[in-house]
Amino acid sequence: MSTHTSVTRKLVNAVMLSLSAVCTVLVVGVLFFILGYLLWNGGRSLNLAFFTNLPKPSGETGGGMANAIVGSGKILLLATAIGVPIGFCAGVYLSEYSGKAFAFTLRYTVDLLNGVPSIVIGIVAYALVVRPMKHFSALAGGVALGIMMIPIAVRTTEEFLRAVPNSLREGAMALGATKAKTIFTVVVPAAIAGLTSGMMLNLARVAGETAPLLFTALGNMFWSRGWLQPIATLPVMIYNYAIAPEEDLHQQAWAAGFVLLTLVLVINVTARLIIARGPAGSSRR
Amino acid sequence: MATPQQQQALKPPVVAPVEGSEVPKTQVMPKLDAKNLDFYYGSFKALHGITLSICTNKITAFIGPSGCGKSTFLRTMNRMNETVRNSRAEGEILLDGENILAMDVTDVRRRVGMVFQKSNPFPKTIFDNVAYGLRVNGVHKRSVIQETVERSLQHAALWTEVKDKLSKPASALSGGQQQRLCIARALAVQPEVLLLDEPCSALDPIATLKIEELLFQIKDITTIVIVTHNMQQAARLADYTGFFLMGKLIEFDDTRKIFQNPSKKETEDYVTGRFG
Repeated sequence: MSTHTSVTRKLVNAVMLSLSAVCTVLVVGVLFFILGYLLWNGGRSLNLAFFTNLPKPSGETGGGMANAIVGSGKILLLATAIGVPIGFCAGVYLSEYSGKAFAFTLRYTVDLLNGVPSIVIGIVAYALVVRPMKHFSALAGGVALGIMMIPIAVRTTEEFLRAVPNSLREGAMALGATKAKTIFTVVVPAAIAGLTSGMMLNLARVAGETAPLLFTALGNMFWSRGWLQPIATLPVMIYNYAIAPEEDLHQQAWAAGFVLLTLVLVINVTARLIIARGPAGSSRR
Repeated sequence: MATPQQQQALKPPVVAPVEGSEVPKTQVMPKLDAKNLDFYYGSFKALHGITLSICTNKITAFIGPSGCGKSTFLRTMNRMNETVRNSRAEGEILLDGENILAMDVTDVRRRVGMVFQKSNPFPKTIFDNVAYGLRVNGVHKRSVIQETVERSLQHAALWTEVKDKLSKPASALSGGQQQRLCIARALAVQPEVLLLDEPCSALDPIATLKIEELLFQIKDITTIVIVTHNMQQAARLADYTGFFLMGKLIEFDDTRKIFQNPSKKETEDYVTGRFG
């Protein structure tokens, strides 16, 4: 090998290495930039009133987003109650029961559903819930986010159940357990850490969704009673306040963004911790 | 005594000969009777007309090279092979005269227990592992479960080692202990037959010895069928030994006869190490 090609090779190597290093820094940097920027802008405007007070009528300053925080909580609860059971059961079917050909079709369908733009899901929930009931509601918002949770719930369940060694299924069935009993007393418990954290990540993913809530949950400047009234949520509040002209509302939008991101990060980190520790009694990491 | 062969379907089931002092003078009852059993994985015929009888309260061993069908045969006796897609069995396996291929599958598996090559404790506590079979079979009375768990662990020679840590996860046990736990778990439902599929292949000699000793002890309470790659193990343990080759049962006889004076050339080649 000549000296010339050796030098070229080293040069190419150096260039590629620096390129990938720069990209890595960019990836990590974006997250920290967002975090820092939100902390800087949102942290300043964050105070106790933000968590306890209702929004002020337009023109007045101050007030908070207590109703939107509770509203987001309610909608996410509803979405979990709808999306997780449906997704979980379909995932169990996919992993434990379905034949190869049908599993392929089902998996493909689920991936397509996952790719449907969130605003389209919002329109579907609008048509399914808002139109027949003739008003916006927390229920409609929950349905929209619930549908959004289904694909990930299915794939999460399928993948974590598939990761359970077949020897455990055989062991249970060899003791006279039926297939259903095997699944619910051995397979699911063995995968419970993964399932829990997967569902939490799923929840964190839809927590920030805005588009599907715009014409389902709509928004509300006051407390929303029950599940059938329009309801305020953090993402929609951020959207509304950010496009409003008043500087005070911009500050509140920053604060709301900061709270929302913190919430999502906490869910994320908790989920990772759960999965890292694994199920009680399991040696499998 | 004729050498058992698959073609003898019309003759009475072949019962291994009663000879030597280690065989009690009481009658030797067949517990499991395979008659002309064929097994297919798709279009591949894995078992060719297996006919043999397994005696009550005896240890029967199957030896043979990898892929010879001995594990397939074992897994047909509790119908575990049914979980393989496109597989099917033809012929009969009689458990106390009743064809298991026509019985309720969970019933078969409760009566014919199984221990696998790789120990597979559930990610539960030691206690819950042993109690599992009882609970899925509808036993929920605490005192009964407690008593059975203790007795099963004693049978599996594990009680003294784990009695103070029954609520610890099963994964905290060593490999040999885990395998004995799996034996205890299988024994808890009081199976009439216990199938063991190379139960010691992943264990060291000391753990292996412990398992062999306990198998000797429990043959009074159950009928044992063991598949092993280790010919010394078959020679040490088994009352009867069957030699499988290419999906056929070549020879099935008293263990001593198989190892000292086999009737078939293939058997002799295999047990003397001239083959495979």
